[in-house]
Amino acid sequence: MSAVKTPPSAGRGPAVRGPARPIRFGPDGRGGGPAASGPAASTAVIGVSAALVAVAMLFTAFTIAYVARRQEPGWGTVVMPPVLWLTTTMLLASSGTLEWARRRIAHGDIRGLQRGLAATAWLGVAFLAGQLIAWHQLAAQGAYISANQYSGFFYLLTGAHGAHLLGGLVALGIIVWKAYAERYGVASHAGVGVFALYWHFMDLLWLYLFALLFWA
Amino acid sequence: MGAIAVHEGAAAHEEHAESFVRHYIFSIDHKTIGKQYYLTTLFMAIVGGALAMLMRAHLGWPEGGALDPGQYLAAATMHGTVMIFFFLTSILTGAFGNFLIPLMIGARDMAFPFLNMISYWTLFPGVLVLLASFFVPGGPAGNGWTSYAPLSAVSKFAPGSGTGQTLWAISILFVLFSSLFGSLNFLTTIINMRARGLSMGRLPLTLWGIFITAILALLSFPVLTAAVVMLILDRTAGTSFFVPPNLLVAGQVLANKNGDALLWQHLFWFFGHPEVYILILTPMGIVSDVISTFSRKPIFGYKAMVLSLSAIGFLSFLVWGHHMFVSGMSPLLGAAFIGSTIAIAVPSAIKTFNWCTTLWQGRLLFTTAMLFAIAFVSLFVTGGLSGIFLAAAPVDIYLHDTYFVIAHFHFVMAAAALFSIFAGTYYWFPKMFGRMMDERLGKIHFLFTFLGIYATFFPMHFLGFMGNSRRLYDTSIYPFLSHAGPIDVFISLSAFMLGAAQLIFIYNFFKSLLHGPVAEQNPWHANSLEWAAPSPPPHGNWGAALPVVYRWPYDYSAPGAAQDYSPQWQAQPVAAGGSDG
Repeated sequence: MSAVKTPPSAGRGPAVRGPARPIRFGPDGRGGGPAASGPAASTAVIGVSAALVAVAMLFTAFTIAYVARRQEPGWGTVVMPPVLWLTTTMLLASSGTLEWARRRIAHGDIRGLQRGLAATAWLGVAFLAGQLIAWHQLAAQGAYISANQYSGFFYLLTGAHGAHLLGGLVALGIIVWKAYAERYGVASHAGVGVFALYWHFMDLLWLYLFALLFWA
Repeated sequence: MGAIAVHEGAAAHEEHAESFVRHYIFSIDHKTIGKQYYLTTLFMAIVGGALAMLMRAHLGWPEGGALDPGQYLAAATMHGTVMIFFFLTSILTGAFGNFLIPLMIGARDMAFPFLNMISYWTLFPGVLVLLASFFVPGGPAGNGWTSYAPLSAVSKFAPGSGTGQTLWAISILFVLFSSLFGSLNFLTTIINMRARGLSMGRLPLTLWGIFITAILALLSFPVLTAAVVMLILDRTAGTSFFVPPNLLVAGQVLANKNGDALLWQHLFWFFGHPEVYILILTPMGIVSDVISTFSRKPIFGYKAMVLSLSAIGFLSFLVWGHHMFVSGMSPLLGAAFIGSTIAIAVPSAIKTFNWCTTLWQGRLLFTTAMLFAIAFVSLFVTGGLSGIFLAAAPVDIYLHDTYFVIAHFHFVMAAAALFSIFAGTYYWFPKMFGRMMDERLGKIHFLFTFLGIYATFFPMHFLGFMGNSRRLYDTSIYPFLSHAGPIDVFISLSAFMLGAAQLIFIYNFFKSLLHGPVAEQNPWHANSLEWAAPSPPPHGNWGAALPVVYRWPYDYSAPGAAQDYSPQWQAQPVAAGGSDG
């Protein structure tokens, strides 16, 4: 048993650089789940980051298809629904309120966290409602999904983004519930940070798609 | 024995009552999920194999009327879809990945056990949807496993373009999401949950294969997801992403379509080529571990093995155009794809060299797992060499979509991956189920499978040279294929033998599951960490204390050691002087 205490670098095989990292994250080695929401963040951050890489590849594929098609005949025209300016502003604002909420909880202000997260959630819902209005405005000008290539891509890109944002809203709902149950504290609000990673990514993704759709 | 010795006293710590549903159906234990994947994919392999037998029954005796043309195309499509998505992809990552990763890295479970359960229960509806497509009007999809547009995008084209094609697309979405959830888990778990002392440089090559596979899946599956979503919109919402203008279907010109059928090919193969390596990198890792264990020698060139796995993974994203040489691409672009494709021969050759040099002067133990692993190398070389022909556009333009291609990928990808699955099953069965498989039946199974694979697929090269198209229903309509008949009969007879040999495996599997000799903890005297756990490992795998790792997993026949293996969890040092290969 004493051998356990020797540094695990004996034997052959590629050398281990420095002392081996203790297992800090995830199931804590005692069969349970994450011990506290603080240290569990790293596993969650890796997982969410990997998921965002996959999301980025999805929209890369859409972009490649979009760019390849937009110069071809039959692309068509769509007048951008003006409500998109409003929804874009709201989504940007939601990232702001989310960051504000994180700052507040870092100072131990649970009320601030609750208000900030609730504002984020309402802005997210308003964004999705605005996107639906945008679809309605498109349909009003006759730009249905099957009207032309441009309109098809418009519904595809906004729909795919909206679906991802809806998923984010479900997660946000759980986080808001936890915030009102006062499950977060100064040192234990990692879940909010992981969620912020996803939400800000969706925000940036929308800015990118907005620019792409305006471009043609 | 270090930390492992602790677990006997503390195993009860992990035991707690679980209901039947939580334990066997909606389990979050990686081992149970791995077994669920194994049995589900084994069932799908039987479905895919039966479809292949039907195709061979028709091709050997076309006048027999086993299948009508529509059914034949549907059988070919579903054989490919089932085998690639529902068998090979899902068993390698879902069954082996789930079962092995936590055991080989000394963790209790995956990073996200709940997501892991969701992963299996996302595959399952996919299986149901795909099987349901056999029973809809028009039958299942019939446009090939690649489902090229516009055949797949317009439902009026053919019977196989109808509802079956929509269900095909939906079932593929399920598989893609299932694999994505799995990949997220695999990456996070391998990066973040390795036991103390287990650096990435000490990871068994099986895990390196799974790790790089997970990266490939993460980058390539979303691209097919995008394509399939667009395909579903084309089929149901009236968009025309993949439907070109002025298409004449059933005597009518389709209205208002301005899409591009080639776009589907680009998106599909940008996924499709990494997918091929998703099916072969994990097998390469499994085979490396099995060969090293049963040669009682360290793997030759560990770092070269890891680097070549990574190189193959990287190159796999640069070669999709070699599937499209006949699509009218610019010859200059084609030349670039020839170059990147041929470059893959270099890391592949490094791996083959290292397997041979690991075997060289080893004390070879010809277990069934070892036989399948060595045969993997043979199949990989045979299929790899025909790949060099196909990589050259001038040759490919002649051989494209002929039986030469079928022979090529059935050797290098399908049969090679299948053999690694058999090697892995015979090797890890004791750990999975706590019982040994029957070695004598295993060797009979190996003999007939090995001969059956070569006898079935090698003659297909000659059919390809004759110009026999891969989806041709009846060779007798072309005079230049008048010599194909006897070859087709030979192939069909070989295929039946190959198929029958698999019944031996299935019998052996279930017989050993119920009545096999009880397996000890480390029956093969292997080094990697999964053999430190009891067979089968309990819930939580490790008792009270997690294992600690002291060395890489390839210390076989170390000079000065008391036995010919030095497990990773063994603390006392082996004599100095070894290199890290």
